[in-house]
Amino acid sequence: MRADIAARKRYELLFGALGLLALAIAVLTFLTLFVDMAVKGLPRLDLDFFTSFPSRRAANAGILSAWVGSTLVMVVTAVFAVPLGVASGVYLEEYAPKNWVTDLIEINITNLAGVPSIVYGLLALGLFVYAFGLGQSVQTAGLTLALLILPVVIVATREAIRSIPGMIREGAYAVGATKWQTTKDHIIPYSLPGILTGVIIGMSRAIGETAPIITIGALTFIAFLPPSPVTTDFPFLSFEWLKAPFTVMPIQMFNWTSRPDEAFHANAAAAGTILVFMTLAMNGLAIWLRYRLRKNIKW
Amino acid sequence: MVTPMEARTQTTTNATMLGSARAGANAPVASEAPPPPLKAESHNLSFYYANKFQALKGITMPVHEYCVTALIGPSGCGKSTYLRCFNRMHDLYPGNRYEGDIVLHPDNTNLLAHDVDPIEVRMRVSMVFQKPNPFPKSIYENVAYGLRVRGVSNKNLLDEKVETSLRGAALWDEVKSRLHEVGSNLSGGQQQRLCIARALATDPEILLFDEPTSALDPIATASIEELISELKKKVTIVIVTHNMQQAARVSDYTAYMYIGELIEFDKTDTIFFKPRRKETEDYITGRFG
Repeated sequence: MRADIAARKRYELLFGALGLLALAIAVLTFLTLFVDMAVKGLPRLDLDFFTSFPSRRAANAGILSAWVGSTLVMVVTAVFAVPLGVASGVYLEEYAPKNWVTDLIEINITNLAGVPSIVYGLLALGLFVYAFGLGQSVQTAGLTLALLILPVVIVATREAIRSIPGMIREGAYAVGATKWQTTKDHIIPYSLPGILTGVIIGMSRAIGETAPIITIGALTFIAFLPPSPVTTDFPFLSFEWLKAPFTVMPIQMFNWTSRPDEAFHANAAAAGTILVFMTLAMNGLAIWLRYRLRKNIKW
Repeated sequence: MVTPMEARTQTTTNATMLGSARAGANAPVASEAPPPPLKAESHNLSFYYANKFQALKGITMPVHEYCVTALIGPSGCGKSTYLRCFNRMHDLYPGNRYEGDIVLHPDNTNLLAHDVDPIEVRMRVSMVFQKPNPFPKSIYENVAYGLRVRGVSNKNLLDEKVETSLRGAALWDEVKSRLHEVGSNLSGGQQQRLCIARALATDPEILLFDEPTSALDPIATASIEELISELKKKVTIVIVTHNMQQAARVSDYTAYMYIGELIEFDKTDTIFFKPRRKETEDYITGRFG
């Protein structure tokens, strides 16, 4: 019998070792890439790099227009993707009748999350740029990326809602709450940690997207900033920046890597390091927010 | 209006339909003190789940005012399903279907009528669930929620209601210093009393308990049972229980159900000491179930 147990335990050990190996390959590959990039880019990382426009001289070039562009595009993306995605998710989960139409919509949304991003770019070029005449601008890019992450936000919202136990819902209904009261007082607040995590994961995917942004015609070299959203005249807010041409971090990187001059490759590595840190920071924020908000939500 | 006596006859008729002739069985009951007035009664109530499964088969049964009515029977007998008809919980899931009616006195509202909004029903008939299900909000907000959904926002009124409800649920002294802490941090028994306070805050006419102590330890169970006996002075109670001793301890009337049918309904003493039906006796004495 002992021999039998020992024989079976050998497989346990074997699987453990295989799993560790797989994990090591994944982590080491990423670490090697990242460290290599960081080592190349770090000498270029200083304050000037953040506050300079791109330049013909590698030593003077910076990422000012790229990070400002990325930030503005992300704002537009969030403003459209979050309310649309959360409302769709809540409707599908709480309100929609359970029939074949709903099933069809569900399957399509899940599949949309897997559509190559270039396809969204082509759609946006035809729809936003030509049909709606929104131009090759911040607003077009924001809307395109909003479309891209919409399925992620919807799926995250639905999963967060599904994790709320049915008895909590019944408890609310049992004291006479309507469906909307139950939704706004319980369903949305309790699913917020999951929704926020989904939103941020979606945004950190969007910030690194290049293909759809190139398709809609982002500039690769831009030496000015979009108009400021805050003005000195009444009403002190301006939305002109929405219509401005722009570039984003990954495009700036792409531009630099395609140049023959070795010095620009260092710039690209530096920009890449920053982009990775931006993504990591967003994921970190997602984890922190989820932890903070879930602390008080126990069933 | 159906008098209690008639309702009793209907129960008899129902039982007779199930295949037991018991002529004159009512005679000894009639000589005792008249039963308390009716709070509600179900007439020939059948219930079908969305998958066409018939969970209740023509149940006719009275619920007496300011009494505790216990529903007992083996698992799957339909007692919880029956209880959940009283506040239209089944309406939350599409495809479920009721037949027959539940009349709520004194205004003779048929709780199952299509033109009666389930929200109205739940405002009059409140419920405490099997597992304590406080909202992940503060103790205060848990109790106040039923009033908030009715649009009550007057702070003084809410404060007062929260206090009386928590006192009514015998929880006030334990939580009065931490009303704004999260309700899910309480112990299981305290959570269940919090849920009772939440149900009491809206002054329901009937309070439904769906196996309220099945997730609790014996001490918490005893305190909940004591509370139920106290609460019946103010509210009519219907309780589903797996535990026959519990039914014997807390209830005035007991209904024994089996596979969707009401086998016997009577005073608890009668059910436990002189059941008229063999099936009931077998279940009570543990020969079955």
